[in-house]
Amino acid sequence: MRSFLMLALMICGVVVFGQHDAHTVASHSSIDAASHKEAEHAEASNEEEKFNPGDMIMHHISDAHQVHFIGKLYMPLPVILWNHGHLDVFMSSAFWNGFDERGELQFKSYTASSGATYENHHESIVISAGEEHAAHGAETAHEKPMDFSITKSVFGMLFIIVLMIVIFRSVAARYKEGAHKAPTGLQNAIEPFILFVRDEVAIPSIGKKKAASFMPFLLTVFFFIWMCNMFGLIPFLGGFNITGTLSITLVLATLVFIITSINGNAHYWGHIFWPPGIPLGIKLILVPIEALSIFIKPTVLMIRLTANITAGHIIILAFVGLVLLFGESSAVAGYGVGIGAVLFMIFMFFIELLVAFLQAYVFTLLAALYFGDATQDHHHEEDHH
Amino acid sequence: MEGLLSVSVGTVFWASIAFISVLLILKKMAWGPILKTLEEREQGIANALKQAELAKEEMASLKSGNEQLLKEAREERELILKEAKEMGDKMRSEAKERAVSDAAQLLANAQREIETQKKAAIEELKNQVASLSIEIAEKLVKDNLSDAEKQNALNSRLIQDLKAN
Repeated sequence: MRSFLMLALMICGVVVFGQHDAHTVASHSSIDAASHKEAEHAEASNEEEKFNPGDMIMHHISDAHQVHFIGKLYMPLPVILWNHGHLDVFMSSAFWNGFDERGELQFKSYTASSGATYENHHESIVISAGEEHAAHGAETAHEKPMDFSITKSVFGMLFIIVLMIVIFRSVAARYKEGAHKAPTGLQNAIEPFILFVRDEVAIPSIGKKKAASFMPFLLTVFFFIWMCNMFGLIPFLGGFNITGTLSITLVLATLVFIITSINGNAHYWGHIFWPPGIPLGIKLILVPIEALSIFIKPTVLMIRLTANITAGHIIILAFVGLVLLFGESSAVAGYGVGIGAVLFMIFMFFIELLVAFLQAYVFTLLAALYFGDATQDHHHEEDHH
Repeated sequence: MEGLLSVSVGTVFWASIAFISVLLILKKMAWGPILKTLEEREQGIANALKQAELAKEEMASLKSGNEQLLKEAREERELILKEAKEMGDKMRSEAKERAVSDAAQLLANAQREIETQKKAAIEELKNQVASLSIEIAEKLVKDNLSDAEKQNALNSRLIQDLKAN
Protein backbone atom coordinates (compact mmCIF):
# COMPACT_ATOMS: atom_id res chain seq x y z
CA MET A 1 0.00 0.00 0.00
CA ARG A 2 2.84 2.36 0.85
CA SER A 3 4.44 1.76 -2.53
CA PHE A 4 1.17 2.69 -4.21
CA LEU A 5 1.14 5.98 -2.32
CA MET A 6 4.73 6.58 -3.35
CA LEU A 7 3.72 5.94 -6.92
CA ALA A 8 0.79 8.34 -6.63
CA LEU A 9 3.09 11.03 -5.23
CA MET A 10 5.47 10.46 -8.09
CA ILE A 11 2.67 10.93 -10.61
CA CYS A 12 1.85 14.25 -8.96
CA GLY A 13 5.50 15.03 -9.42
CA VAL A 14 5.22 14.38 -13.11
CA VAL A 15 2.50 16.97 -13.34
CA VAL A 16 4.34 19.57 -11.27
CA PHE A 17 7.47 19.26 -13.36
CA GLY A 18 5.38 18.55 -16.41
CA GLN A 19 5.53 22.05 -17.86
CA HIS A 20 9.25 21.83 -18.31
CA ASP A 21 9.09 18.29 -19.63
CA ALA A 22 6.29 19.07 -22.03
CA HIS A 23 8.22 21.80 -23.79
CA THR A 24 11.13 19.47 -24.23
CA VAL A 25 8.91 16.77 -25.61
CA ALA A 26 6.90 19.09 -27.80
CA SER A 27 9.87 20.72 -29.39
CA HIS A 28 11.66 17.42 -29.70
CA SER A 29 8.83 15.95 -31.69
CA SER A 30 8.60 19.11 -33.73
CA ILE A 31 12.15 18.47 -34.83
CA ASP A 32 11.25 14.94 -35.75
CA ALA A 33 8.45 16.25 -37.88
CA ALA A 34 10.72 18.81 -39.40
CA SER A 35 13.69 16.61 -40.03
CA HIS A 36 12.25 15.45 -43.32
CA LYS A 37 13.56 18.65 -44.70
CA GLU A 38 16.83 19.46 -43.06
CA ALA A 39 16.93 23.01 -44.47
CA GLU A 40 13.67 23.97 -42.83
CA HIS A 41 14.84 22.53 -39.55
CA ALA A 42 15.54 25.71 -37.62
CA GLU A 43 12.58 27.56 -39.03
CA ALA A 44 10.16 24.73 -38.31
CA SER A 45 11.24 24.28 -34.69
CA ASN A 46 10.74 27.96 -34.06
CA GLU A 47 7.43 27.93 -35.84
CA GLU A 48 5.84 24.93 -34.18
CA GLU A 49 5.37 26.09 -30.61
CA LYS A 50 2.10 24.35 -29.94
CA PHE A 51 2.06 21.35 -27.69
CA ASN A 52 1.09 18.19 -29.53
CA PRO A 53 -0.10 15.50 -27.11
CA GLY A 54 -0.07 12.83 -29.83
CA ASP A 55 3.61 13.36 -30.51
CA MET A 56 4.39 13.44 -26.79
CA ILE A 57 2.61 10.15 -26.25
CA MET A 58 4.24 8.49 -29.23
CA HIS A 59 7.64 9.71 -28.07
CA HIS A 60 7.12 8.01 -24.74
CA ILE A 61 5.78 4.69 -25.93
CA SER A 62 8.02 4.25 -28.97
CA ASP A 63 11.39 2.62 -28.91
CA ALA A 64 14.40 4.96 -28.97
CA HIS A 65 18.19 4.94 -29.10
CA GLN A 66 18.55 6.78 -25.79
CA VAL A 67 16.73 6.77 -22.47
CA HIS A 68 15.10 10.12 -21.72
CA PHE A 69 14.61 10.56 -18.00
CA ILE A 70 13.52 14.15 -17.49
CA GLY A 71 14.46 17.51 -18.92
CA LYS A 72 18.00 17.40 -20.21
CA LEU A 73 18.78 14.10 -18.54
CA TYR A 74 19.42 11.54 -21.26
CA MET A 75 21.28 8.24 -21.13
CA PRO A 76 23.09 7.15 -24.29
CA LEU A 77 22.77 3.55 -25.45
CA PRO A 78 25.07 1.53 -27.70
CA VAL A 79 24.34 1.67 -31.41
CA ILE A 80 25.33 -1.48 -33.24
CA LEU A 81 25.00 -1.36 -37.03
CA TRP A 82 25.75 -3.92 -39.71
CA ASN A 83 26.29 -1.98 -42.92
CA HIS A 84 27.26 -3.99 -46.00
CA GLY A 85 29.80 -6.16 -44.23
CA HIS A 86 30.98 -3.45 -41.84
CA LEU A 87 30.19 -3.53 -38.16
CA ASP A 88 29.85 -0.08 -36.57
CA VAL A 89 29.55 0.19 -32.81
CA PHE A 90 29.28 3.54 -31.07
CA MET A 91 27.24 5.21 -28.36
CA SER A 92 24.07 6.98 -29.42
CA SER A 93 25.44 10.13 -27.77
CA ALA A 94 27.52 10.49 -30.97
CA PHE A 95 24.32 11.73 -32.63
CA TRP A 96 23.68 14.32 -29.95
CA ASN A 97 24.24 17.90 -30.94
CA GLY A 98 23.58 19.71 -27.68
CA PHE A 99 20.30 21.31 -26.68
CA ASP A 100 18.51 24.23 -28.22
CA GLU A 101 17.33 27.26 -26.25
CA ARG A 102 14.41 25.30 -24.76
CA GLY A 103 16.46 22.34 -23.56
CA GLU A 104 15.62 20.31 -26.63
CA LEU A 105 17.98 17.53 -27.71
CA GLN A 106 19.41 18.18 -31.18
CA PHE A 107 20.71 15.50 -33.51
CA LYS A 108 23.55 15.51 -35.99
CA SER A 109 24.98 12.96 -38.35
CA TYR A 110 27.89 10.80 -37.29
CA THR A 111 30.64 9.24 -39.37
CA ALA A 112 31.60 5.90 -37.90
CA SER A 113 35.01 4.21 -38.05
CA SER A 114 33.99 2.28 -41.17
CA GLY A 115 33.59 5.57 -43.00
CA ALA A 116 29.82 5.41 -43.31
CA THR A 117 27.82 8.40 -42.08
CA TYR A 118 24.65 7.74 -40.12
CA GLU A 119 21.75 9.86 -38.98
CA ASN A 120 19.14 9.32 -36.30
CA HIS A 121 16.02 9.75 -38.37
CA HIS A 122 12.82 9.36 -36.31
CA GLU A 123 14.72 7.02 -34.03
CA SER A 124 15.59 4.76 -36.92
CA ILE A 125 19.20 4.89 -38.03
CA VAL A 126 19.71 5.71 -41.70
CA ILE A 127 22.80 6.09 -43.85
CA SER A 128 23.37 9.69 -44.81
CA ALA A 129 22.84 10.33 -48.48
CA GLY A 130 25.93 12.56 -48.55
CA GLU A 131 26.90 16.15 -47.86
CA GLU A 132 25.24 17.73 -50.88
CA HIS A 133 21.92 15.96 -50.31
CA ALA A 134 21.90 17.06 -46.75
CA ALA A 135 22.83 20.57 -47.70
CA HIS A 136 20.04 20.80 -50.20
CA GLY A 137 17.62 19.11 -47.89
CA ALA A 138 16.48 16.84 -50.66
CA GLU A 139 13.88 14.18 -49.96
CA THR A 140 15.81 10.96 -50.38
CA ALA A 141 14.87 7.35 -49.92
CA HIS A 142 17.06 6.67 -46.90
CA GLU A 143 19.06 3.50 -46.98
CA LYS A 144 19.01 1.66 -43.68
CA PRO A 145 21.78 -0.46 -42.17
CA MET A 146 20.90 -3.57 -40.19
CA ASP A 147 20.24 -2.10 -36.77
CA PHE A 148 21.27 -4.31 -33.86
CA SER A 149 21.38 -1.43 -31.42
CA ILE A 150 20.65 -1.81 -27.75
CA THR A 151 17.55 0.37 -27.92
CA LYS A 152 15.52 1.60 -24.97
CA SER A 153 13.31 -1.51 -24.99
CA VAL A 154 16.24 -3.87 -25.43
CA PHE A 155 18.08 -2.10 -22.62
CA GLY A 156 15.02 -2.31 -20.39
CA MET A 157 14.63 -5.98 -21.24
CA LEU A 158 18.28 -6.71 -20.45
CA PHE A 159 17.92 -4.85 -17.17
CA ILE A 160 14.84 -6.93 -16.26
CA ILE A 161 16.66 -10.11 -17.25
CA VAL A 162 19.65 -9.28 -15.03
CA LEU A 163 17.21 -8.41 -12.25
CA MET A 164 15.41 -11.74 -12.74
CA ILE A 165 18.64 -13.70 -12.61
CA VAL A 166 19.76 -11.89 -9.46
CA ILE A 167 16.41 -12.27 -7.69
CA PHE A 168 15.71 -15.88 -8.63
CA ARG A 169 19.26 -17.04 -8.04
CA SER A 170 19.17 -15.66 -4.51
CA VAL A 171 15.74 -17.18 -3.95
CA ALA A 172 16.86 -20.51 -5.40
CA ALA A 173 19.84 -20.53 -3.02
CA ARG A 174 17.38 -20.74 -0.14
CA TYR A 175 15.63 -23.68 -1.76
CA LYS A 176 18.91 -25.46 -2.32
CA GLU A 177 19.40 -25.52 1.45
CA GLY A 178 16.76 -28.20 1.61
CA ALA A 179 13.07 -28.86 1.70
CA HIS A 180 12.79 -28.68 5.46
CA LYS A 181 13.60 -25.00 5.84
CA ALA A 182 10.73 -22.60 6.36
CA PRO A 183 10.58 -19.97 3.57
CA THR A 184 11.96 -16.54 4.48
CA GLY A 185 12.21 -13.04 3.03
CA LEU A 186 12.07 -12.71 -0.74
CA GLN A 187 11.28 -16.40 -0.99
CA ASN A 188 7.96 -15.69 0.76
CA ALA A 189 7.12 -13.05 -1.83
CA ILE A 190 8.04 -15.16 -4.85
CA GLU A 191 6.80 -18.58 -3.78
CA PRO A 192 3.04 -17.86 -3.96
CA PHE A 193 3.46 -16.78 -7.59
CA ILE A 194 5.51 -19.84 -8.49
CA LEU A 195 2.82 -21.99 -6.87
CA PHE A 196 0.14 -19.93 -8.62
CA VAL A 197 1.71 -20.56 -12.03
CA ARG A 198 2.14 -24.24 -11.24
CA ASP A 199 -1.19 -24.99 -9.54
CA GLU A 200 -3.56 -22.51 -11.21
CA VAL A 201 -2.05 -22.19 -14.68
CA ALA A 202 0.13 -25.13 -15.69
CA ILE A 203 -1.46 -28.14 -14.01
CA PRO A 204 -5.13 -27.38 -14.89
CA SER A 205 -4.19 -26.62 -18.52
CA ILE A 206 -1.58 -29.26 -19.24
CA GLY A 207 -2.11 -31.97 -16.65
CA LYS A 208 0.02 -32.88 -13.68
CA LYS A 209 2.42 -35.22 -15.47
CA LYS A 210 3.24 -33.11 -18.50
CA ALA A 211 3.15 -29.73 -16.77
CA ALA A 212 6.61 -30.17 -15.24
CA SER A 213 8.45 -29.95 -18.54
CA PHE A 214 6.72 -26.67 -19.46
CA MET A 215 7.11 -25.06 -16.04
CA PRO A 216 10.48 -23.35 -16.68
CA PHE A 217 9.15 -21.60 -19.80
CA LEU A 218 5.85 -20.62 -18.17
CA LEU A 219 7.54 -19.28 -15.05
CA THR A 220 10.10 -17.33 -17.06
CA VAL A 221 7.43 -15.85 -19.34
CA PHE A 222 5.18 -14.98 -16.41
CA PHE A 223 7.83 -13.20 -14.35
CA PHE A 224 9.43 -11.62 -17.41
CA ILE A 225 6.18 -10.08 -18.62
CA TRP A 226 5.06 -9.04 -15.17
CA MET A 227 8.34 -7.41 -14.25
CA CYS A 228 8.60 -5.67 -17.64
CA ASN A 229 5.05 -4.38 -17.24
CA MET A 230 5.77 -3.07 -13.75
CA PHE A 231 9.07 -1.56 -14.86
CA GLY A 232 7.24 0.40 -17.55
CA LEU A 233 4.95 1.92 -14.91
CA ILE A 234 7.73 3.55 -12.91
CA PRO A 235 7.75 7.28 -13.74
CA PHE A 236 10.99 9.16 -14.53
CA LEU A 237 12.68 5.95 -15.60
CA GLY A 238 12.54 6.69 -19.27
CA GLY A 239 9.02 5.43 -19.93
CA PHE A 240 10.04 1.92 -20.79
CA ASN A 241 7.42 0.15 -22.85
CA ILE A 242 9.13 -3.22 -23.11
CA THR A 243 6.11 -5.49 -23.32
CA GLY A 244 4.46 -2.87 -25.53
CA THR A 245 7.21 -3.32 -28.11
CA LEU A 246 5.95 -5.55 -30.86
CA SER A 247 9.41 -6.98 -31.60
CA ILE A 248 9.70 -8.34 -28.06
CA THR A 249 6.20 -9.78 -27.78
CA LEU A 250 6.79 -11.28 -31.22
CA VAL A 251 9.70 -13.26 -29.81
CA LEU A 252 7.61 -14.46 -26.87
CA ALA A 253 4.73 -15.47 -29.13
CA THR A 254 7.10 -17.19 -31.57
CA LEU A 255 8.56 -19.22 -28.71
CA VAL A 256 5.06 -20.26 -27.69
CA PHE A 257 4.39 -21.26 -31.31
CA ILE A 258 7.65 -23.23 -31.57
CA ILE A 259 7.13 -25.03 -28.25
CA THR A 260 3.52 -25.86 -29.16
CA SER A 261 4.53 -27.19 -32.59
CA ILE A 262 7.48 -29.22 -31.33
CA ASN A 263 5.44 -30.82 -28.57
CA GLY A 264 2.34 -31.30 -30.70
CA ASN A 265 1.49 -35.00 -30.76
CA ALA A 266 -0.23 -36.98 -33.52
CA HIS A 267 -3.57 -36.30 -31.93
CA TYR A 268 -3.01 -32.53 -32.03
CA TRP A 269 -1.92 -32.42 -35.66
CA GLY A 270 -4.58 -34.96 -36.58
CA HIS A 271 -7.29 -32.71 -35.21
CA ILE A 272 -5.98 -29.80 -37.25
CA PHE A 273 -5.33 -31.44 -40.62
CA TRP A 274 -7.86 -34.29 -40.57
CA PRO A 275 -10.45 -33.72 -37.84
CA PRO A 276 -12.16 -37.02 -37.10
CA GLY A 277 -15.91 -37.50 -37.32
CA ILE A 278 -16.62 -34.55 -39.60
CA PRO A 279 -18.05 -34.84 -43.14
CA LEU A 280 -15.63 -34.30 -46.01
CA GLY A 281 -17.28 -31.10 -47.23
CA ILE A 282 -16.97 -29.43 -43.85
CA LYS A 283 -13.46 -30.77 -43.52
CA LEU A 284 -12.44 -28.84 -46.61
CA ILE A 285 -13.63 -25.62 -44.98
CA LEU A 286 -12.44 -26.45 -41.50
CA VAL A 287 -8.92 -27.62 -42.25
CA PRO A 288 -7.66 -24.30 -43.68
CA ILE A 289 -9.21 -22.45 -40.77
CA GLU A 290 -7.67 -24.85 -38.27
CA ALA A 291 -4.32 -24.62 -40.05
CA LEU A 292 -4.48 -20.85 -39.96
CA SER A 293 -5.36 -20.92 -36.27
CA ILE A 294 -1.92 -22.39 -35.51
CA PHE A 295 -0.52 -18.99 -36.47
CA ILE A 296 -3.44 -16.89 -35.33
CA LYS A 297 -3.21 -18.09 -31.74
CA PRO A 298 0.32 -16.83 -31.06
CA THR A 299 -0.32 -13.71 -33.14
CA VAL A 300 -3.28 -12.84 -30.94
CA LEU A 301 -1.12 -13.53 -27.91
CA MET A 302 1.44 -11.04 -29.24
CA ILE A 303 -1.06 -8.33 -30.15
CA ARG A 304 -3.03 -8.63 -26.92
CA LEU A 305 0.00 -8.07 -24.74
CA THR A 306 1.43 -5.22 -26.84
CA ALA A 307 -1.92 -3.48 -27.19
CA ASN A 308 -2.86 -3.75 -23.52
CA ILE A 309 0.40 -2.42 -22.19
CA THR A 310 0.69 0.30 -24.83
CA ALA A 311 -2.92 1.33 -24.25
CA GLY A 312 -2.28 1.68 -20.54
CA HIS A 313 0.67 3.95 -21.19
CA ILE A 314 -1.32 5.97 -23.71
CA ILE A 315 -4.19 6.54 -21.27
CA ILE A 316 -1.93 7.76 -18.48
CA LEU A 317 0.05 9.94 -20.89
CA ALA A 318 -3.20 11.28 -22.34
CA PHE A 319 -4.15 12.61 -18.92
CA VAL A 320 -0.71 14.23 -18.65
CA GLY A 321 -1.25 15.67 -22.13
CA LEU A 322 -4.64 17.00 -21.09
CA VAL A 323 -3.13 18.94 -18.21
CA LEU A 324 -0.36 20.35 -20.41
CA LEU A 325 -2.79 21.26 -23.18
CA PHE A 326 -4.93 23.29 -20.79
CA GLY A 327 -1.84 24.62 -19.08
CA GLU A 328 -0.71 26.03 -22.41
CA SER A 329 -3.74 28.31 -22.67
CA SER A 330 -3.60 29.41 -19.03
CA ALA A 331 -1.83 28.27 -15.90
CA VAL A 332 -5.08 28.37 -13.91
CA ALA A 333 -6.81 26.04 -16.36
CA GLY A 334 -3.78 23.77 -16.25
CA TYR A 335 -3.81 23.46 -12.48
CA GLY A 336 -7.61 23.16 -12.45
CA VAL A 337 -7.63 20.31 -14.92
CA GLY A 338 -4.54 18.93 -13.25
CA ILE A 339 -6.37 18.11 -10.03
CA GLY A 340 -8.98 16.03 -11.83
CA ALA A 341 -6.44 14.50 -14.16
CA VAL A 342 -4.18 13.44 -11.30
CA LEU A 343 -7.11 11.72 -9.60
CA PHE A 344 -7.88 9.91 -12.83
CA MET A 345 -4.21 9.04 -13.27
CA ILE A 346 -4.04 7.58 -9.78
CA PHE A 347 -7.07 5.50 -10.61
CA MET A 348 -5.51 4.45 -13.91
CA PHE A 349 -2.27 3.53 -12.20
CA PHE A 350 -4.14 1.15 -9.95
CA ILE A 351 -5.81 -0.33 -13.00
CA GLU A 352 -2.44 -0.56 -14.74
CA LEU A 353 -0.90 -2.35 -11.76
CA LEU A 354 -3.70 -4.87 -12.07
CA VAL A 355 -3.33 -5.05 -15.85
CA ALA A 356 0.43 -5.60 -15.49
CA PHE A 357 -0.27 -8.75 -13.49
CA LEU A 358 -3.34 -9.73 -15.48
CA GLN A 359 -1.60 -9.62 -18.86
CA ALA A 360 1.31 -11.69 -17.54
CA TYR A 361 -1.25 -14.16 -16.21
CA VAL A 362 -3.30 -14.20 -19.42
CA PHE A 363 -0.25 -14.71 -21.62
CA THR A 364 1.02 -17.53 -19.40
CA LEU A 365 -2.41 -19.13 -19.11
CA LEU A 366 -3.04 -19.10 -22.86
CA ALA A 367 0.46 -20.39 -23.58
CA ALA A 368 -0.22 -23.20 -21.09
CA LEU A 369 -3.58 -23.93 -22.73
CA TYR A 370 -1.92 -24.18 -26.15
CA PHE A 371 0.73 -26.49 -24.72
CA GLY A 372 -1.99 -28.54 -23.07
CA ASP A 373 -3.85 -28.73 -26.37
CA ALA A 374 -0.74 -29.91 -28.17
CA THR A 375 0.13 -32.62 -25.69
CA GLN A 376 -3.38 -33.84 -24.90
CA ASP A 377 -3.86 -37.60 -24.92
CA HIS A 378 -6.59 -39.12 -27.03
CA HIS A 379 -8.49 -40.77 -24.18
CA HIS A 380 -8.16 -37.61 -22.18
CA GLU A 381 -10.00 -35.82 -24.97
CA GLU A 382 -12.79 -38.39 -24.97
CA ASP A 383 -13.24 -38.01 -21.25
CA HIS A 384 -14.22 -34.43 -21.83
CA HIS A 385 -16.73 -35.16 -24.57
CA MET B 1 5.93 7.30 -35.55
CA GLU B 2 6.81 4.19 -37.42
CA GLY B 3 8.47 2.62 -34.36
CA LEU B 4 5.30 1.53 -32.65
CA LEU B 5 3.84 -1.04 -34.99
CA SER B 6 6.92 -2.05 -36.94
CA VAL B 7 9.13 -4.97 -36.06
CA SER B 8 12.82 -4.24 -35.71
CA VAL B 9 15.17 -7.08 -36.67
CA GLY B 10 17.73 -5.94 -34.10
CA THR B 11 15.20 -5.91 -31.27
CA VAL B 12 13.92 -9.34 -32.27
CA PHE B 13 17.52 -10.57 -32.36
CA TRP B 14 18.34 -9.25 -28.89
CA ALA B 15 15.00 -10.28 -27.45
CA SER B 16 15.49 -13.85 -28.72
CA ILE B 17 19.00 -14.12 -27.33
CA ALA B 18 18.10 -12.45 -24.06
CA PHE B 19 14.90 -14.36 -23.42
CA ILE B 20 16.27 -17.76 -24.39
CA SER B 21 19.38 -17.23 -22.27
CA VAL B 22 17.37 -16.11 -19.24
CA LEU B 23 15.12 -19.11 -19.77
CA LEU B 24 18.06 -21.51 -19.84
CA ILE B 25 19.91 -19.81 -16.98
CA LEU B 26 16.86 -19.70 -14.73
CA LYS B 27 15.87 -23.23 -15.70
CA LYS B 28 19.22 -24.50 -14.51
CA MET B 29 19.82 -22.13 -11.61
CA ALA B 30 16.39 -21.32 -10.25
CA TRP B 31 13.34 -23.17 -11.53
CA GLY B 32 14.92 -26.61 -11.31
CA PRO B 33 15.95 -26.41 -7.66
CA ILE B 34 12.91 -24.35 -6.65
CA LEU B 35 10.36 -26.71 -8.18
CA LYS B 36 12.22 -29.75 -6.91
CA THR B 37 12.38 -28.38 -3.39
CA LEU B 38 8.73 -27.33 -3.49
CA GLU B 39 7.77 -30.83 -4.52
CA GLU B 40 9.94 -32.33 -1.82
CA ARG B 41 8.51 -30.00 0.78
CA GLU B 42 4.96 -30.79 -0.25
CA GLN B 43 5.71 -34.48 -0.14
CA GLY B 44 7.37 -34.01 3.25
CA ILE B 45 4.31 -32.21 4.57
CA ALA B 46 1.99 -34.86 3.16
CA ASN B 47 4.12 -37.59 4.71
CA ALA B 48 4.26 -35.82 8.04
CA LEU B 49 0.48 -35.43 8.05
CA LYS B 50 0.04 -39.08 7.17
CA GLN B 51 2.44 -40.12 9.89
CA ALA B 52 0.69 -37.93 12.42
CA GLU B 53 -2.58 -39.58 11.47
CA LEU B 54 -0.99 -43.00 11.83
CA ALA B 55 0.48 -42.06 15.20
CA LYS B 56 -2.92 -40.84 16.31
CA GLU B 57 -4.51 -44.11 15.28
CA GLU B 58 -1.76 -46.03 16.99
CA MET B 59 -2.27 -44.02 20.16
CA ALA B 60 -5.99 -44.72 20.05
CA SER B 61 -5.45 -48.42 19.52
CA LEU B 62 -2.83 -48.42 22.27
CA LYS B 63 -5.28 -46.75 24.60
CA SER B 64 -8.03 -49.23 23.84
CA GLY B 65 -5.48 -52.05 24.24
CA ASN B 66 -4.54 -50.69 27.61
CA GLU B 67 -8.14 -50.56 28.64
CA GLN B 68 -8.64 -54.10 27.44
CA LEU B 69 -5.61 -55.19 29.42
CA LEU B 70 -6.85 -53.42 32.51
CA LYS B 71 -10.24 -54.98 32.16
CA GLU B 72 -8.73 -58.43 31.77
CA ALA B 73 -6.51 -57.89 34.78
CA ARG B 74 -9.47 -56.83 36.85
CA GLU B 75 -11.45 -59.88 35.78
CA GLU B 76 -8.53 -62.13 36.59
CA ARG B 77 -8.15 -60.59 40.00
CA GLU B 78 -11.80 -61.13 40.73
CA LEU B 79 -11.52 -64.71 39.54
CA ILE B 80 -8.50 -65.32 41.75
CA LEU B 81 -10.22 -63.75 44.75
CA LYS B 82 -13.29 -65.82 44.16
CA GLU B 83 -11.29 -69.00 43.86
CA ALA B 84 -9.31 -68.21 46.97
CA LYS B 85 -12.47 -67.56 48.88
CA GLU B 86 -14.01 -70.75 47.65
CA MET B 87 -10.92 -72.68 48.58
CA GLY B 88 -10.83 -71.10 52.00
CA ASP B 89 -14.45 -71.94 52.57
CA LYS B 90 -13.89 -75.42 51.40
CA MET B 91 -10.88 -75.90 53.64
CA ARG B 92 -12.72 -74.53 56.63
CA SER B 93 -15.73 -76.72 56.09
CA GLU B 94 -13.48 -79.74 55.56
CA ALA B 95 -11.60 -79.00 58.77
CA LYS B 96 -14.83 -78.62 60.61
CA GLU B 97 -16.17 -81.88 59.27
CA ARG B 98 -12.98 -83.66 60.16
CA ALA B 99 -13.05 -82.26 63.66
CA VAL B 100 -16.65 -83.33 64.14
CA SER B 101 -15.98 -86.83 62.88
CA ASP B 102 -12.80 -87.08 64.97
CA ALA B 103 -14.67 -86.07 68.05
CA ALA B 104 -17.38 -88.60 67.33
CA GLN B 105 -14.76 -91.24 66.84
CA LEU B 106 -13.11 -90.35 70.12
CA LEU B 107 -16.41 -90.39 71.92
CA ALA B 108 -17.28 -93.76 70.45
CA ASN B 109 -13.93 -95.13 71.44
CA ALA B 110 -14.25 -93.83 74.95
CA GLN B 111 -17.71 -95.27 75.28
CA ARG B 112 -16.52 -98.57 73.99
CA GLU B 113 -13.65 -98.50 76.51
CA ILE B 114 -15.96 -97.63 79.32
CA GLU B 115 -18.25 -100.42 78.35
CA THR B 116 -15.41 -102.88 78.29
CA GLN B 117 -14.08 -101.68 81.62
CA LYS B 118 -17.55 -101.88 83.11
CA LYS B 119 -18.02 -105.36 81.87
CA ALA B 120 -14.60 -106.35 83.26
CA ALA B 121 -15.43 -104.75 86.59
CA ILE B 122 -18.80 -106.48 86.80
CA GLU B 123 -17.10 -109.75 85.94
CA GLU B 124 -14.55 -109.26 88.66
CA LEU B 125 -17.20 -108.28 91.19
CA LYS B 126 -19.22 -111.31 90.29
CA ASN B 127 -16.17 -113.46 90.84
CA GLN B 128 -15.38 -111.79 94.16
CA VAL B 129 -19.00 -112.14 95.32
CA ALA B 130 -18.88 -115.76 94.38
CA SER B 131 -15.65 -116.36 96.30
CA LEU B 132 -16.93 -114.33 99.27
CA SER B 133 -20.14 -116.24 99.23
CA ILE B 134 -18.18 -119.44 99.27
CA GLU B 135 -16.06 -118.21 102.27
CA ILE B 136 -19.14 -117.13 104.14
CA ALA B 137 -20.79 -120.33 103.33
CA GLU B 138 -17.73 -122.16 104.61
CA LYS B 139 -17.71 -120.24 107.94
CA LEU B 140 -21.40 -120.67 108.32
CA VAL B 141 -21.28 -124.23 107.66
CA LYS B 142 -18.44 -124.57 110.25
CA ASP B 143 -20.45 -122.65 112.98
CA ASN B 144 -23.97 -123.69 112.31
CA LEU B 145 -23.25 -127.23 112.11
CA SER B 146 -22.61 -127.25 115.88
CA ASP B 147 -25.44 -125.19 117.25
CA ALA B 148 -29.00 -124.86 115.84
CA GLU B 149 -29.71 -121.63 117.67
CA LYS B 150 -26.56 -120.07 116.55
CA GLN B 151 -27.34 -121.43 113.22
CA ASN B 152 -30.57 -119.43 113.13
CA ALA B 153 -29.03 -116.33 114.59
CA LEU B 154 -26.35 -116.52 111.98
CA ASN B 155 -28.84 -117.00 109.26
CA SER B 156 -30.79 -113.95 110.28
CA ARG B 157 -27.60 -111.88 110.64
CA LEU B 158 -26.40 -112.96 107.25
CA ILE B 159 -29.66 -112.09 105.82
CA GLN B 160 -29.43 -108.77 107.63
CA ASP B 161 -26.02 -108.23 106.11
CA LEU B 162 -27.22 -109.09 102.73
CA LYS B 163 -30.01 -106.63 103.13
CA ALA B 164 -27.62 -104.01 104.35
CA ASN B 165 -25.47 -104.66 101.37
